[in-house]
Amino acid sequence: MTDERILAVTMPKWGLSMQVGKITVWIAGEGDDVSVGDDLADIETEKIAGTLEAADAGTLRRIIARVGEDVPVSSTIALIAPPDVSDDDLDAAAAEARAVIDAGVPEEAVGGPAVETAEVGGRKISYAGTGQDGDVVLLIHGYGGDRNSWLFLQEPMAARYRVYALDLPGHGTSSKDVGDGSVGMLADTVLGVLNAIGVQRAHLVGHSLGGAVAIAATARDPLRVSSLTLIAPSGFGQEINASYLRGFAGAQTRRELKPVVGQLFADESLVTRQLVDDLLAYKRLDGVDAALHTLLGTLMDGDTQRTDSAAAIAAIGGAVPVTVVWGKADRVIPPAQAESVAGAVRHLVDDAGHMPHMERPAEVQAAIEEAITRAG
Amino acid sequence: MARTITYREAINEALAQEMERDESVIVMGEDNAGGEGSPGEMDAWGGVLGVTKGLYHRFPGRVLDTPISESAFIGAAIGAATAGMRPVAELMFVDFMGVCFDQIYNQAAKFRYMFGGKAVTPVVIRTMYGAGLRAAAQHSQCLYPLFTHVPGLKVVLPATPYDAKGLMTQAIRDNDPVIFFEHKALYDLAGPVPEESYALPFGEANVMREGGDVTIVALGRMVHTSLEAAQQLAAAGVECEVIDLRTTSPLDEDTVLESVEGTGRLVVVDEANPRCSVATDISALVAQKAFGSLRAPVEMVTAPHTPVPFSNALEDIYIPDAQRIVNAVKLVAEWTR
Repeated sequence: MTDERILAVTMPKWGLSMQVGKITVWIAGEGDDVSVGDDLADIETEKIAGTLEAADAGTLRRIIARVGEDVPVSSTIALIAPPDVSDDDLDAAAAEARAVIDAGVPEEAVGGPAVETAEVGGRKISYAGTGQDGDVVLLIHGYGGDRNSWLFLQEPMAARYRVYALDLPGHGTSSKDVGDGSVGMLADTVLGVLNAIGVQRAHLVGHSLGGAVAIAATARDPLRVSSLTLIAPSGFGQEINASYLRGFAGAQTRRELKPVVGQLFADESLVTRQLVDDLLAYKRLDGVDAALHTLLGTLMDGDTQRTDSAAAIAAIGGAVPVTVVWGKADRVIPPAQAESVAGAVRHLVDDAGHMPHMERPAEVQAAIEEAITRAG
Repeated sequence: MARTITYREAINEALAQEMERDESVIVMGEDNAGGEGSPGEMDAWGGVLGVTKGLYHRFPGRVLDTPISESAFIGAAIGAATAGMRPVAELMFVDFMGVCFDQIYNQAAKFRYMFGGKAVTPVVIRTMYGAGLRAAAQHSQCLYPLFTHVPGLKVVLPATPYDAKGLMTQAIRDNDPVIFFEHKALYDLAGPVPEESYALPFGEANVMREGGDVTIVALGRMVHTSLEAAQQLAAAGVECEVIDLRTTSPLDEDTVLESVEGTGRLVVVDEANPRCSVATDISALVAQKAFGSLRAPVEMVTAPHTPVPFSNALEDIYIPDAQRIVNAVKLVAEWTR
């Protein structure tokens, strides 16, 4: 019965544990024409606040989810349709969607990516995969992050690829021992996870320290990497925000940590209390403090960067296509360093700081998918 | 992602992980082995409500089943702590603490000070508190104000499974005597708890809910009652900030003061009797240091100044409930000079 031209805007699933989200503001209104990537609404979960961007173009004909109500993940929150779809059809579709929201979270809420563990280099490494059969994408987080850093990307990309995210040693639920903390050790961990997944080749996406790790893994074995997407990678210049890094490693309380975490984003209001609490809970796990301080020595020599990704990229010598994505408002590593990534396709992202994959996920996703397509 | 376990299991896990990590950690208490009329070790109870269950066999010789003589085994635990062990002694109900008070407030609490820092007493005394179990006047009290009053003791009251594990880990690693209060009615409360070890620092209150209209300061079981009230109030358009103190000694004054500076209104919720209590202490703190921010008198929601009644009906109205908190919040929110 439903008209195929009516497109549903659904509550996104941002992260493993998200079951409901709450709309705090509808940015677009009924009757507005929207294009792909336009901001539709601000959404708050218990973990994080974010902006939902339009995945389809058309006229926003009906808004279904009210501001402030709990909406189960993947239920329809609005309807996009061309002007010639009748009001009656839209009202019928809206009533159906309303009933789903009112029913609340289903008993057997669909699980997100299943968490698996592999033994790599004597460490327990956690990773989670989801999505279609086909090209494998492995997401590698940065310093102090974990696989949930990709919460805005992993599920959406799973529509087209098999998408994995891992916890590097010292992070998330992986072993907290980081040994010498070298980029080489981290790169071996990444290759070990590819073995555990059982794939020969994958597209690597690395953020910040994870970017340097992705490059080092590629340099170890270029045949195993189909494409390389680097998001604000470390190792392409001297300059880095040393006070951010030391502040993150040293913060013991919420009061100390919150302003530090704020420096990651262009829009500091994204830093919810829950985000800070989750980071603090991570930092308080036994072994994390030592791991973060060891990795600080990997990243920095005094107040400047120690890692040299430029040399590693040169060694790969164009065998693997490279894309670089950088937030124009990055306050941790200057976006000008994108120029030093030799032979790369560059995307500079407006209104994003050091975490463009959290602040402008649709643009970053498009850049990654373009890189994958280009690699053929 | 953290799995979900109960408050009881969280305490047990902290004990097990610290015993695993540090050989000097031992557990002492009544009913660790054997229950009523049973011979002993096969059916080790793990204390009267089973919190230490499983440890007796897992750590042979390190879980001591003590006689029913609190003054003897609390004294032994304090002595062992001064001699290099890290004992965790379970004193079933806080109501029984009276018989070992000299050892707690006059000995354990004073050693570090009187010996010029050369002696430490890393003992943890676990104990149950609170009403609601139909256990009458001698098994239901909230005596944490007595211990908060004594310099040299640290006083901890976890409200959630996450906090219970992290605060117990910190209590064991801490070099000072810690009185660790467990609310009987919270043992079955489940929540997310990381499998790995972690220590939560003492003296850091937890903002459980943010809100700009009224500050609610609570502790222990009352944190949950306050959150229930805050949810009802939000539906009525009043946004409460709910603060869980977590530890009463040391006390996180800054979090309380900063919140009241924002809201100008304070309700303190405390299950203990109302005189010389945490509720009066927080009220005095705010009156003294945030007087200029207050836009209404401070309200206290507490038990009455009576023993805990045995009558079910009376016990039910003795314990502060969400409705009383809602009333108090409305009173301060609507107060005009």
